[in-house]
Amino acid sequence: MRITCPLCGPRDRREFYYYGSEDYLTQPEVGDLDAVDAQLHLRDNVAGRVRDVWYHEAGCASWLVVTRDTVSHAVEKVELVANVKGILAKTKLKGGAA
Amino acid sequence: MRYSGLKVITQGLFGNKGWGPAWRNPAPKPEYDAIIIGGGGHGLATAFYLAKNHGLTNIAVLEKGHIGSGNIGRNTTIVRANYVLPGNSEFYSHSLKLWEQMETELNYNVMHSQRGVINLFHSDGQRDAAVRRGNAMINQGDDAELLDREGVRALVPYLDFEQTRFPIYGGLHHKRGGTARHDAVAWGYARGADMRGVDLIQNCEVTGIDIEGGRVVGVQTTRGAIRARKVGMVVAGRSGQVAAMAGMRLPIESHVLQAFVTEGLKPIIDQVVTFGMGHFYISQSDKGGLVFGGDIDFYASYASRGNLPMVEHVMEAGMTLMPMIGRAKVLRSWGGIMDMTPDGSPIIDKTPVEGLFVDAGWNYGGFKAVPASGWCMAHLMATGETHAVASKFRLDRFRTGHLLDEEGTGSQHNLH
Repeated sequence: MRITCPLCGPRDRREFYYYGSEDYLTQPEVGDLDAVDAQLHLRDNVAGRVRDVWYHEAGCASWLVVTRDTVSHAVEKVELVANVKGILAKTKLKGGAA
Repeated sequence: MRYSGLKVITQGLFGNKGWGPAWRNPAPKPEYDAIIIGGGGHGLATAFYLAKNHGLTNIAVLEKGHIGSGNIGRNTTIVRANYVLPGNSEFYSHSLKLWEQMETELNYNVMHSQRGVINLFHSDGQRDAAVRRGNAMINQGDDAELLDREGVRALVPYLDFEQTRFPIYGGLHHKRGGTARHDAVAWGYARGADMRGVDLIQNCEVTGIDIEGGRVVGVQTTRGAIRARKVGMVVAGRSGQVAAMAGMRLPIESHVLQAFVTEGLKPIIDQVVTFGMGHFYISQSDKGGLVFGGDIDFYASYASRGNLPMVEHVMEAGMTLMPMIGRAKVLRSWGGIMDMTPDGSPIIDKTPVEGLFVDAGWNYGGFKAVPASGWCMAHLMATGETHAVASKFRLDRFRTGHLLDEEGTGSQHNLH
């Protein structure tokens, strides 16, 4: 698997640290336990197209949002978190229970 | 048919023509008292103990592929009870006791071999941690013995004791640990459940969970709708997708764990040896292949194969620990999909939907848990009460802060 860093170009997967799902980019209200639980623990855990957060640890140290497929490992798009944060902040977190 | 040594001899005399199929292949009925989604080790054990311990026999196991085609058929078969935390300790202790009686209970040879597990340590700090773990195991009523360097050398002389990075200081020896034949565990529980009247329905994928007024009433499948007032989701690896059918998000992220096996060799590795500092563990199958593996690939994945960096890392760790392994040829490698939870411990609990239960989040330690998981899930589904030894495996423990973080690595799915 290779990831194309927007700053460094295509790089080996080993340069990147996987942080977790895009849920980490949301900002729960202080004291809202359900939202904190949703951000830290609960996951859609999709088999297919996902967006998750990576860190270019052995490269330019950028935080990245990678759009990729969890079944084929194909990487579709890589963006700097700084460029997508505004969009993601509006993402509403879903609670855990039905 | 009851299996016995006499049966093997008499069948052998008459051309082995009398062996029948080990279980029926029934069509689904329109309604059952309970449905288990998932015909893997945990699902089959749940069905077996529902029938055996609780007398519930009008039940079905729904499996989208064939029996034992998931993680029960692709793991590294290690059985152990060497946990520290209250909540984990009593559960795995119970599981090991069930392993020790499994072959008698199932009338099936699962090739359970208590060859011992040796966890190596490489520093004074690690030795202290091993002593603490060993004491916790003894307090739980299980066995543990601290080996010094020479004690380890006497058992596994082929390790590289002189390496400079991770010199071997000793090991924690868990003699009742070992391995078992993974497929036989699935087959044994399948046969045992079937003999008690459980319908094992293969090639039957659940496509929806029917909920009315906050209570489960049945499932939709590729072989039609089936009604049931109790449904258990026992689909580790795919728990997220099945739970989504009930409108739930679980505290689980799926990751791939790779494993490797070499060509068949003469007996050389008599125990299970774990090299925690290198994320490496190894044992030898009865067929002769060296079975070994490492850590997960670290990013969410549903591909039943891994990536090369982890292959390289595992091989390097193997060479560091036992240079002789360099002469063996790797025959094949594969990946299994793991339900990773934020604390590395599993979930056996009710859900907010009445009658819907979940058994999930086994991380990469599900195989040894098969009997106790089935035992406790059956208890929960039959009585509505959590079993005493699984009382900490709650679905909401992350929200309430009652984590069971055995490794103490923090609340991130890929760190366990």
